Amino acid sequence: MSKVRVLVGTRKGAFILTSDGKRQQWEVSGPHFGGWEIYHLKGSPVDPNRLYASQTSGWFGQIIQRSDDAGKSWHQPGTPPGEPVTMPDGSPKGESNKFVYDATPETGKPLTTHQWYDGTQHPWEFKRVWHLEPSLSDPDMVYAGVEDAALFRTTDGGKTWHELAGLRGHGSGPKWSPGAGGMGLHTILLDPGNPKRMFIAISAAGAFRTEDGGKSWKPINRGLRSQYIPDPEAEVGHCVHRIAFHPSRPGVLFMQKHWDVLRTDDAGESWREVSGNLPTDFGFVIDVHAHEPETIYVVPIKSDSEHFPPEGKLRVYRSRTGGNEWEALTKGLPQSNCYVNVLRDAMAVDTLDPCGVYFGTTGGQVYASADGGDNWTPIVRDLPGVLSVEVQKLP
Amino acid sequence: MILVVLPAHLRTLARVEGDVQLEVAGPVTVRSVLEALEARYPMLRGTIRDHTTLERRPFLRYFACGEDLSLESPDTPLPEAIVNGQEPFFVIGAIAGG
Repeated sequence: MSKVRVLVGTRKGAFILTSDGKRQQWEVSGPHFGGWEIYHLKGSPVDPNRLYASQTSGWFGQIIQRSDDAGKSWHQPGTPPGEPVTMPDGSPKGESNKFVYDATPETGKPLTTHQWYDGTQHPWEFKRVWHLEPSLSDPDMVYAGVEDAALFRTTDGGKTWHELAGLRGHGSGPKWSPGAGGMGLHTILLDPGNPKRMFIAISAAGAFRTEDGGKSWKPINRGLRSQYIPDPEAEVGHCVHRIAFHPSRPGVLFMQKHWDVLRTDDAGESWREVSGNLPTDFGFVIDVHAHEPETIYVVPIKSDSEHFPPEGKLRVYRSRTGGNEWEALTKGLPQSNCYVNVLRDAMAVDTLDPCGVYFGTTGGQVYASADGGDNWTPIVRDLPGVLSVEVQKLP
Repeated sequence: MILVVLPAHLRTLARVEGDVQLEVAGPVTVRSVLEALEARYPMLRGTIRDHTTLERRPFLRYFACGEDLSLESPDTPLPEAIVNGQEPFFVIGAIAGG
Protein backbone atom coordinates (compact mmCIF):
# COMPACT_ATOMS: atom_id res chain seq x y z
CA MET A 1 0.00 0.00 0.00
CA SER A 2 1.23 3.47 -0.78
CA LYS A 3 2.26 5.85 1.95
CA VAL A 4 1.81 9.57 2.29
CA ARG A 5 4.18 12.14 3.72
CA VAL A 6 2.97 15.64 4.54
CA LEU A 7 5.57 18.38 4.89
CA VAL A 8 4.46 21.28 7.06
CA GLY A 9 6.31 24.57 7.40
CA THR A 10 5.36 26.71 10.39
CA ARG A 11 6.41 29.90 12.11
CA LYS A 12 8.45 27.91 14.62
CA GLY A 13 9.77 24.91 12.78
CA ALA A 14 9.03 22.13 10.31
CA PHE A 15 6.94 19.03 10.91
CA ILE A 16 6.73 15.83 8.90
CA LEU A 17 3.56 13.75 9.08
CA THR A 18 3.37 10.23 7.68
CA SER A 19 0.55 7.79 7.15
CA ASP A 20 -0.36 4.77 5.09
CA GLY A 21 -2.68 5.08 2.12
CA LYS A 22 -5.78 5.03 4.31
CA ARG A 23 -4.66 8.38 5.73
CA GLN A 24 -6.35 7.80 9.06
CA GLN A 25 -3.45 7.36 11.49
CA TRP A 26 -0.57 9.83 11.41
CA GLU A 27 2.88 9.95 12.92
CA VAL A 28 4.32 13.37 13.59
CA SER A 29 8.03 14.17 13.45
CA GLY A 30 9.30 17.54 14.59
CA PRO A 31 9.84 20.26 15.22
CA HIS A 32 12.78 20.36 12.87
CA PHE A 33 14.66 23.68 13.16
CA GLY A 34 12.63 24.60 16.23
CA GLY A 35 12.19 28.32 16.66
CA TRP A 36 12.85 29.20 13.01
CA GLU A 37 10.33 30.22 10.42
CA ILE A 38 10.06 27.50 7.81
CA TYR A 39 8.44 29.18 4.88
CA HIS A 40 8.42 26.08 2.72
CA LEU A 41 9.78 22.59 2.37
CA LYS A 42 9.32 20.29 -0.56
CA GLY A 43 10.59 16.96 -1.83
CA SER A 44 12.10 16.11 -5.18
CA PRO A 45 9.68 14.30 -7.51
CA VAL A 46 12.66 12.28 -8.74
CA ASP A 47 13.99 11.31 -5.32
CA PRO A 48 11.24 11.69 -2.70
CA ASN A 49 13.68 11.31 0.17
CA ARG A 50 15.52 14.42 -1.01
CA LEU A 51 13.88 17.31 0.80
CA TYR A 52 14.69 20.99 0.66
CA ALA A 53 13.66 23.52 3.30
CA SER A 54 13.72 27.28 3.55
CA GLN A 55 14.68 28.20 7.11
CA THR A 56 14.55 31.90 7.91
CA SER A 57 14.88 34.29 10.79
CA GLY A 58 14.67 38.01 11.26
CA TRP A 59 17.88 37.76 13.28
CA PHE A 60 20.02 35.36 11.28
CA GLY A 61 18.67 35.58 7.74
CA GLN A 62 18.24 32.79 5.26
CA ILE A 63 19.34 29.19 5.61
CA ILE A 64 18.78 26.45 3.05
CA GLN A 65 18.54 22.97 4.50
CA ARG A 66 18.59 19.68 2.67
CA SER A 67 17.81 16.15 3.73
CA ASP A 68 18.76 13.05 1.77
CA ASP A 69 16.93 10.66 4.06
CA ALA A 70 13.35 11.94 4.19
CA GLY A 71 13.97 14.38 7.00
CA LYS A 72 15.76 12.10 9.45
CA SER A 73 18.85 14.29 9.16
CA TRP A 74 19.49 17.67 7.61
CA HIS A 75 22.48 19.67 6.50
CA GLN A 76 23.27 22.91 4.77
CA PRO A 77 24.29 21.84 1.27
CA GLY A 78 28.01 22.10 0.77
CA THR A 79 28.87 22.26 4.45
CA PRO A 80 28.30 18.84 6.00
CA PRO A 81 29.94 18.57 9.42
CA GLY A 82 33.41 17.13 9.51
CA GLU A 83 34.31 18.02 5.94
CA PRO A 84 37.06 20.49 5.01
CA VAL A 85 35.88 24.05 5.29
CA THR A 86 37.04 25.06 1.85
CA MET A 87 36.30 23.82 -1.62
CA PRO A 88 39.05 22.06 -3.61
CA ASP A 89 39.85 25.35 -5.35
CA GLY A 90 40.32 27.04 -1.98
CA SER A 91 37.13 29.06 -2.08
CA PRO A 92 35.08 29.00 1.11
CA LYS A 93 32.02 26.90 1.56
CA GLY A 94 28.94 28.30 3.22
CA GLU A 95 27.44 29.55 -0.01
CA SER A 96 24.16 27.69 0.24
CA ASN A 97 22.40 30.58 1.96
CA LYS A 98 23.84 33.20 -0.39
CA PHE A 99 21.22 34.80 -2.64
CA VAL A 100 22.75 37.71 -4.48
CA TYR A 101 20.82 39.53 -7.18
CA ASP A 102 22.35 39.63 -10.60
CA ALA A 103 24.09 42.97 -10.95
CA THR A 104 26.15 42.27 -14.04
CA PRO A 105 26.49 45.18 -16.45
CA GLU A 106 24.44 43.38 -19.09
CA THR A 107 21.39 42.94 -16.92
CA GLY A 108 22.02 44.87 -13.74
CA LYS A 109 20.98 48.37 -14.74
CA PRO A 110 17.24 47.79 -15.10
CA LEU A 111 17.23 45.56 -12.05
CA THR A 112 18.27 48.03 -9.42
CA THR A 113 14.96 49.36 -8.11
CA HIS A 114 11.28 48.58 -7.77
CA GLN A 115 8.34 50.65 -6.62
CA TRP A 116 8.11 51.29 -2.90
CA TYR A 117 4.95 51.81 -0.84
CA ASP A 118 5.06 55.58 -1.32
CA GLY A 119 5.55 55.35 -5.08
CA THR A 120 9.28 56.08 -5.03
CA GLN A 121 11.84 53.67 -6.35
CA HIS A 122 13.56 51.36 -3.86
CA PRO A 123 16.54 49.03 -4.20
CA TRP A 124 15.97 45.30 -4.37
CA GLU A 125 16.85 43.74 -1.00
CA PHE A 126 16.92 40.02 -0.42
CA LYS A 127 14.87 38.99 2.60
CA ARG A 128 13.97 35.30 2.41
CA VAL A 129 13.06 32.34 0.27
CA TRP A 130 9.31 31.93 0.11
CA HIS A 131 9.04 28.86 -2.08
CA LEU A 132 11.26 26.01 -3.24
CA GLU A 133 10.30 24.07 -6.35
CA PRO A 134 12.44 21.03 -7.11
CA SER A 135 12.92 20.09 -10.76
CA LEU A 136 10.72 17.38 -12.20
CA SER A 137 13.74 15.53 -13.61
CA ASP A 138 16.88 16.38 -11.60
CA PRO A 139 17.07 16.12 -7.80
CA ASP A 140 19.98 18.59 -7.73
CA MET A 141 18.05 21.32 -9.54
CA VAL A 142 15.69 23.50 -7.54
CA TYR A 143 14.04 26.83 -8.20
CA ALA A 144 13.63 29.33 -5.38
CA GLY A 145 11.13 32.16 -5.29
CA VAL A 146 12.38 34.92 -3.04
CA GLU A 147 11.45 38.23 -1.45
CA ASP A 148 12.17 40.83 -2.85
CA ALA A 149 10.72 39.10 -5.85
CA ALA A 150 13.17 37.20 -7.99
CA LEU A 151 13.74 33.67 -9.20
CA PHE A 152 16.90 31.77 -8.29
CA ARG A 153 18.06 28.30 -9.27
CA THR A 154 20.55 25.78 -7.99
CA THR A 155 21.92 23.00 -10.16
CA ASP A 156 24.21 21.50 -7.52
CA GLY A 157 21.77 20.37 -4.89
CA GLY A 158 21.50 23.69 -3.13
CA LYS A 159 25.21 24.44 -2.65
CA THR A 160 25.06 27.58 -4.79
CA TRP A 161 22.20 29.70 -6.12
CA HIS A 162 22.08 31.98 -9.14
CA GLU A 163 19.39 34.38 -10.22
CA LEU A 164 17.45 33.92 -13.46
CA ALA A 165 17.66 37.64 -14.04
CA GLY A 166 15.47 37.73 -17.12
CA LEU A 167 12.40 37.85 -14.91
CA ARG A 168 13.29 41.14 -13.23
CA GLY A 169 14.95 42.34 -16.41
CA HIS A 170 12.12 42.10 -18.88
CA GLY A 171 11.08 45.68 -18.28
CA SER A 172 8.27 45.92 -15.75
CA GLY A 173 10.41 45.38 -12.65
CA PRO A 174 10.42 49.07 -11.62
CA LYS A 175 6.61 48.91 -11.47
CA TRP A 176 6.45 45.97 -9.08
CA SER A 177 5.59 46.87 -5.52
CA PRO A 178 5.28 44.99 -2.26
CA GLY A 179 1.93 44.13 -0.78
CA ALA A 180 1.42 44.18 2.96
CA GLY A 181 3.04 40.77 3.21
CA GLY A 182 6.10 41.74 1.22
CA MET A 183 7.07 41.44 -2.43
CA GLY A 184 7.50 37.72 -2.65
CA LEU A 185 7.71 35.32 -5.55
CA HIS A 186 5.50 32.63 -4.06
CA THR A 187 4.37 30.31 -6.85
CA ILE A 188 6.48 28.33 -9.31
CA LEU A 189 4.75 25.92 -11.69
CA LEU A 190 6.88 23.68 -13.91
CA ASP A 191 5.19 22.39 -17.06
CA PRO A 192 5.60 18.58 -17.03
CA GLY A 193 5.35 18.39 -20.81
CA ASN A 194 7.65 21.26 -21.66
CA PRO A 195 10.77 21.76 -19.53
CA LYS A 196 11.27 25.20 -21.05
CA ARG A 197 7.95 26.53 -19.83
CA MET A 198 7.32 27.82 -16.31
CA PHE A 199 4.74 30.00 -14.66
CA ILE A 200 5.45 32.13 -11.60
CA ALA A 201 3.45 34.57 -9.52
CA ILE A 202 4.48 37.54 -7.42
CA SER A 203 2.69 39.66 -4.84
CA ALA A 204 2.10 42.39 -5.89
CA ALA A 205 3.21 42.21 -9.48
CA GLY A 206 1.20 39.41 -11.05
CA ALA A 207 1.78 36.24 -13.04
CA PHE A 208 4.54 35.65 -15.57
CA ARG A 209 5.43 32.92 -18.07
CA THR A 210 8.64 31.81 -19.68
CA GLU A 211 8.92 29.61 -22.75
CA ASP A 212 12.72 29.43 -22.81
CA GLY A 213 13.65 28.01 -19.44
CA GLY A 214 13.71 31.33 -17.63
CA LYS A 215 15.77 33.51 -19.96
CA SER A 216 12.86 35.72 -20.94
CA TRP A 217 9.48 36.30 -19.36
CA LYS A 218 6.12 37.70 -20.27
CA PRO A 219 3.53 39.18 -17.90
CA ILE A 220 0.30 37.19 -18.22
CA ASN A 221 -2.26 39.33 -16.45
CA ARG A 222 -4.75 40.29 -19.15
CA GLY A 223 -8.25 39.98 -17.79
CA LEU A 224 -7.26 40.65 -14.20
CA ARG A 225 -9.04 43.62 -12.68
CA SER A 226 -7.86 45.09 -9.37
CA GLN A 227 -9.80 48.09 -8.11
CA TYR A 228 -7.16 48.91 -5.53
CA ILE A 229 -4.44 49.93 -8.00
CA PRO A 230 -4.34 53.13 -10.04
CA ASP A 231 -4.98 51.34 -13.33
CA PRO A 232 -7.25 48.40 -12.47
CA GLU A 233 -6.29 46.61 -15.70
CA ALA A 234 -2.58 47.34 -15.65
CA GLU A 235 -0.10 44.92 -17.18
CA VAL A 236 1.54 44.41 -13.76
CA GLY A 237 0.74 45.38 -10.19
CA HIS A 238 -1.94 42.79 -9.38
CA CYS A 239 -1.76 41.01 -6.06
CA VAL A 240 -1.88 37.41 -7.19
CA HIS A 241 -2.04 35.13 -4.17
CA ARG A 242 -1.69 31.76 -5.83
CA ILE A 243 -1.94 29.96 -9.15
CA ALA A 244 -2.38 26.25 -9.77
CA PHE A 245 -2.82 23.80 -12.63
CA HIS A 246 -3.42 20.13 -13.26
CA PRO A 247 -0.23 18.51 -14.56
CA SER A 248 -2.06 16.94 -17.48
CA ARG A 249 -3.37 20.30 -18.64
CA PRO A 250 -0.77 22.99 -17.93
CA GLY A 251 -2.38 25.51 -20.25
CA VAL A 252 -5.35 25.78 -17.92
CA LEU A 253 -4.45 27.81 -14.86
CA PHE A 254 -6.55 28.76 -11.87
CA MET A 255 -5.81 31.84 -9.78
CA GLN A 256 -6.76 33.10 -6.36
CA LYS A 257 -6.11 36.79 -6.61
CA HIS A 258 -6.30 39.19 -3.64
CA TRP A 259 -9.95 39.47 -4.59
CA ASP A 260 -11.39 37.25 -7.36
CA VAL A 261 -10.91 33.66 -8.45
CA LEU A 262 -10.00 33.37 -12.10
CA ARG A 263 -9.07 30.86 -14.78
CA THR A 264 -7.28 30.91 -18.11
CA ASP A 265 -7.52 28.32 -20.85
CA ASP A 266 -4.70 29.72 -22.96
CA ALA A 267 -1.70 29.59 -20.61
CA GLY A 268 -2.36 33.02 -19.23
CA GLU A 269 -3.01 35.01 -22.40
CA SER A 270 -6.43 35.92 -21.04
CA TRP A 271 -8.12 35.35 -17.71
CA ARG A 272 -11.79 35.36 -16.75
CA GLU A 273 -13.38 35.51 -13.36
CA VAL A 274 -14.99 32.31 -12.04
CA SER A 275 -15.81 33.42 -8.50
CA GLY A 276 -19.47 32.57 -9.12
CA ASN A 277 -21.42 31.86 -5.94
CA LEU A 278 -18.51 31.98 -3.48
CA PRO A 279 -19.49 33.77 -0.26
CA THR A 280 -16.40 35.95 -0.71
CA ASP A 281 -13.81 35.75 -3.43
CA PHE A 282 -10.94 36.92 -1.24
CA GLY A 283 -8.55 34.18 -0.18
CA PHE A 284 -5.06 32.81 -0.52
CA VAL A 285 -4.97 29.14 -1.53
CA ILE A 286 -6.22 27.42 -4.65
CA ASP A 287 -5.53 23.87 -5.79
CA VAL A 288 -6.67 21.29 -8.32
CA HIS A 289 -7.90 17.73 -7.73
CA ALA A 290 -5.25 15.18 -8.71
CA HIS A 291 -7.54 13.20 -11.02
CA GLU A 292 -10.25 15.67 -12.03
CA PRO A 293 -8.74 18.68 -13.82
CA GLU A 294 -11.98 20.66 -13.54
CA THR A 295 -12.30 20.14 -9.79
CA ILE A 296 -10.74 22.97 -7.83
CA TYR A 297 -10.59 24.06 -4.20
CA VAL A 298 -10.40 27.41 -2.44
CA VAL A 299 -10.84 28.60 1.14
CA PRO A 300 -12.78 31.87 1.10
CA ILE A 301 -11.62 34.49 3.59
CA LYS A 302 -13.86 37.36 4.61
CA SER A 303 -11.76 40.27 3.42
CA ASP A 304 -8.31 41.74 3.16
CA SER A 305 -8.87 43.65 6.38
CA GLU A 306 -10.35 40.66 8.23
CA HIS A 307 -8.19 37.66 7.51
CA PHE A 308 -10.56 35.00 8.81
CA PRO A 309 -13.40 32.88 7.41
CA PRO A 310 -16.82 34.48 6.96
CA GLU A 311 -19.18 33.92 9.89
CA GLY A 312 -16.46 32.12 11.83
CA LYS A 313 -17.07 28.99 9.71
CA LEU A 314 -14.07 27.27 8.17
CA ARG A 315 -15.25 26.07 4.78
CA VAL A 316 -13.42 24.72 1.80
CA TYR A 317 -15.27 25.43 -1.41
CA ARG A 318 -15.09 22.96 -4.26
CA SER A 319 -16.05 23.51 -7.85
CA ARG A 320 -16.41 20.49 -10.12
CA THR A 321 -16.94 22.70 -13.12
CA GLY A 322 -13.68 24.60 -13.17
CA GLY A 323 -15.22 27.53 -11.33
CA ASN A 324 -18.43 29.56 -11.14
CA GLU A 325 -20.44 26.83 -9.40
CA TRP A 326 -19.13 26.15 -5.90
CA GLU A 327 -20.22 23.92 -3.02
CA ALA A 328 -19.24 24.36 0.61
CA LEU A 329 -17.35 21.46 2.22
CA THR A 330 -17.88 21.54 5.96
CA LYS A 331 -17.92 18.01 7.38
CA GLY A 332 -15.27 17.82 10.07
CA LEU A 333 -14.35 21.51 9.86
CA PRO A 334 -15.22 23.95 12.68
CA GLN A 335 -18.47 25.74 11.90
CA SER A 336 -18.47 28.23 14.72
CA ASN A 337 -16.00 30.62 16.33
CA CYS A 338 -13.22 29.81 13.89
CA TYR A 339 -11.02 32.78 13.02
CA VAL A 340 -7.92 31.25 11.47
CA ASN A 341 -6.45 32.03 8.08
CA VAL A 342 -5.10 29.66 5.42
CA LEU A 343 -2.00 31.10 3.81
CA ARG A 344 -1.10 30.88 0.14
CA ASP A 345 1.29 27.92 0.25
CA ALA A 346 -0.72 25.95 2.79
CA MET A 347 -2.84 23.66 0.60
CA ALA A 348 -1.82 20.53 -1.29
CA VAL A 349 -3.33 17.43 -2.88
CA ASP A 350 -1.99 13.90 -3.04
CA THR A 351 -2.26 11.58 -6.03
CA LEU A 352 -3.85 8.61 -4.32
CA ASP A 353 -7.29 7.43 -5.32
CA PRO A 354 -9.43 8.91 -3.93
CA CYS A 355 -7.51 12.16 -3.98
CA GLY A 356 -6.40 13.54 -0.63
CA VAL A 357 -6.65 17.25 0.08
CA TYR A 358 -4.71 18.99 2.86
CA PHE A 359 -4.50 22.48 4.26
CA GLY A 360 -2.94 24.16 7.27
CA THR A 361 -4.14 27.13 9.28
CA THR A 362 -2.59 30.01 11.12
CA GLY A 363 -4.06 28.39 14.24
CA GLY A 364 -1.74 25.42 13.83
CA GLN A 365 -4.14 22.78 12.56
CA VAL A 366 -3.55 20.67 9.50
CA TYR A 367 -6.78 19.29 8.09
CA ALA A 368 -6.93 16.39 5.67
CA SER A 369 -9.61 14.85 3.55
CA ALA A 370 -9.02 11.38 2.15
CA ASP A 371 -12.04 11.58 -0.11
CA GLY A 372 -11.57 14.65 -2.24
CA GLY A 373 -12.99 17.06 0.30
CA ASP A 374 -16.23 15.38 1.39
CA ASN A 375 -14.98 14.70 4.93
CA TRP A 376 -12.23 16.40 6.89
CA THR A 377 -10.29 15.64 10.01
CA PRO A 378 -7.47 17.46 11.76
CA ILE A 379 -4.40 15.26 11.39
CA VAL A 380 -2.45 17.46 13.78
CA ARG A 381 -3.48 20.27 16.07
CA ASP A 382 -1.78 23.03 17.99
CA LEU A 383 1.28 23.44 15.84
CA PRO A 384 2.69 26.94 15.40
CA GLY A 385 0.97 28.91 12.66
CA VAL A 386 1.21 26.98 9.40
CA LEU A 387 2.99 28.68 6.50
CA SER A 388 3.10 25.84 3.98
CA VAL A 389 1.83 22.34 3.31
CA GLU A 390 3.15 19.88 0.75
CA VAL A 391 2.36 16.22 0.29
CA GLN A 392 4.24 13.31 -1.22
CA LYS A 393 2.88 9.95 -2.31
CA LEU A 394 5.41 7.26 -1.48
CA PRO A 395 5.68 3.68 -2.76
CA MET B 1 42.67 31.56 22.25
CA ILE B 2 39.59 33.71 21.75
CA LEU B 3 36.29 32.70 23.35
CA VAL B 4 33.15 33.48 21.41
CA VAL B 5 29.62 33.16 22.80
CA LEU B 6 26.99 32.64 20.14
CA PRO B 7 23.19 32.77 20.30
CA ALA B 8 21.62 29.35 20.75
CA HIS B 9 20.32 29.14 17.18
CA LEU B 10 23.78 29.74 15.77
CA ARG B 11 25.30 27.12 18.06
CA THR B 12 22.75 24.69 16.66
CA LEU B 13 23.63 25.62 13.10
CA ALA B 14 27.34 25.24 13.81
CA ARG B 15 26.70 22.03 15.74
CA VAL B 16 28.65 23.16 18.76
CA GLU B 17 27.81 23.18 22.43
CA GLY B 18 28.92 25.96 24.73
CA ASP B 19 31.46 28.63 23.88
CA VAL B 20 33.52 28.52 20.72
CA GLN B 21 37.29 28.71 20.99
CA LEU B 22 39.18 30.25 18.10
CA GLU B 23 42.75 30.92 17.12
CA VAL B 24 42.95 34.34 15.49
CA ALA B 25 45.99 35.27 13.47
CA GLY B 26 47.19 38.87 13.62
CA PRO B 27 45.42 41.75 15.33
CA VAL B 28 42.34 40.69 17.24
CA THR B 29 39.42 42.77 16.02
CA VAL B 30 35.72 42.21 15.45
CA ARG B 31 36.52 41.56 11.80
CA SER B 32 39.32 39.08 12.41
CA VAL B 33 37.30 37.20 15.05
CA LEU B 34 34.30 36.88 12.74
CA GLU B 35 36.48 35.82 9.85
CA ALA B 36 38.07 33.12 11.97
CA LEU B 37 34.64 32.05 13.17
CA GLU B 38 33.22 31.81 9.63
CA ALA B 39 36.30 30.00 8.35
CA ARG B 40 35.91 27.33 10.97
CA TYR B 41 32.12 27.20 10.79
CA PRO B 42 31.24 28.13 7.20
CA MET B 43 27.59 27.34 7.79
CA LEU B 44 27.47 30.59 9.76
CA ARG B 45 28.38 32.70 6.75
CA GLY B 46 25.59 35.17 6.14
CA THR B 47 23.96 34.64 9.53
CA ILE B 48 25.93 37.27 11.47
CA ARG B 49 27.16 39.47 8.64
CA ASP B 50 25.67 40.03 5.22
CA HIS B 51 27.32 37.76 2.67
CA THR B 52 28.30 40.53 0.32
CA THR B 53 28.64 43.74 2.32
CA LEU B 54 29.90 42.00 5.48
CA GLU B 55 27.79 44.43 7.49
CA ARG B 56 26.35 43.27 10.79
CA ARG B 57 22.81 41.99 10.54
CA PRO B 58 20.44 44.54 12.10
CA PHE B 59 19.14 42.40 14.98
CA LEU B 60 22.57 41.29 16.19
CA ARG B 61 25.06 43.14 18.39
CA TYR B 62 28.68 42.60 19.39
CA PHE B 63 29.71 42.94 23.05
CA ALA B 64 33.08 42.64 24.78
CA CYS B 65 33.93 43.36 28.41
CA GLY B 66 30.52 44.93 28.99
CA GLU B 67 30.88 47.32 26.07
CA ASP B 68 28.68 47.41 22.99
CA LEU B 69 31.08 47.40 20.05
CA SER B 70 28.42 47.06 17.39
CA LEU B 71 28.84 50.56 16.04
CA GLU B 72 32.64 50.65 16.33
CA SER B 73 34.86 50.12 13.34
CA PRO B 74 35.25 46.38 12.79
CA ASP B 75 38.99 46.98 12.70
CA THR B 76 39.19 48.46 16.19
CA PRO B 77 41.44 46.25 18.36
CA LEU B 78 39.50 44.29 20.96
CA PRO B 79 40.34 44.64 24.68
CA GLU B 80 43.27 42.68 26.07
CA ALA B 81 40.94 40.52 28.16
CA ILE B 82 39.40 39.26 24.91
CA VAL B 83 42.77 38.74 23.28
CA ASN B 84 44.08 36.61 26.14
CA GLY B 85 40.82 34.68 26.52
CA GLN B 86 39.91 35.97 29.98
CA GLU B 87 36.62 37.40 28.69
CA PRO B 88 34.44 36.12 25.86
CA PHE B 89 33.37 38.01 22.77
CA PHE B 90 29.57 37.98 22.57
CA VAL B 91 27.35 37.85 19.50
CA ILE B 92 23.93 38.67 20.89
CA GLY B 93 20.53 38.56 19.25
CA ALA B 94 18.06 41.34 19.97
CA ILE B 95 15.35 40.45 22.42
CA ALA B 96 12.48 41.06 20.04
CA GLY B 97 9.86 39.28 18.06
CA GLY B 98 7.48 36.55 19.09
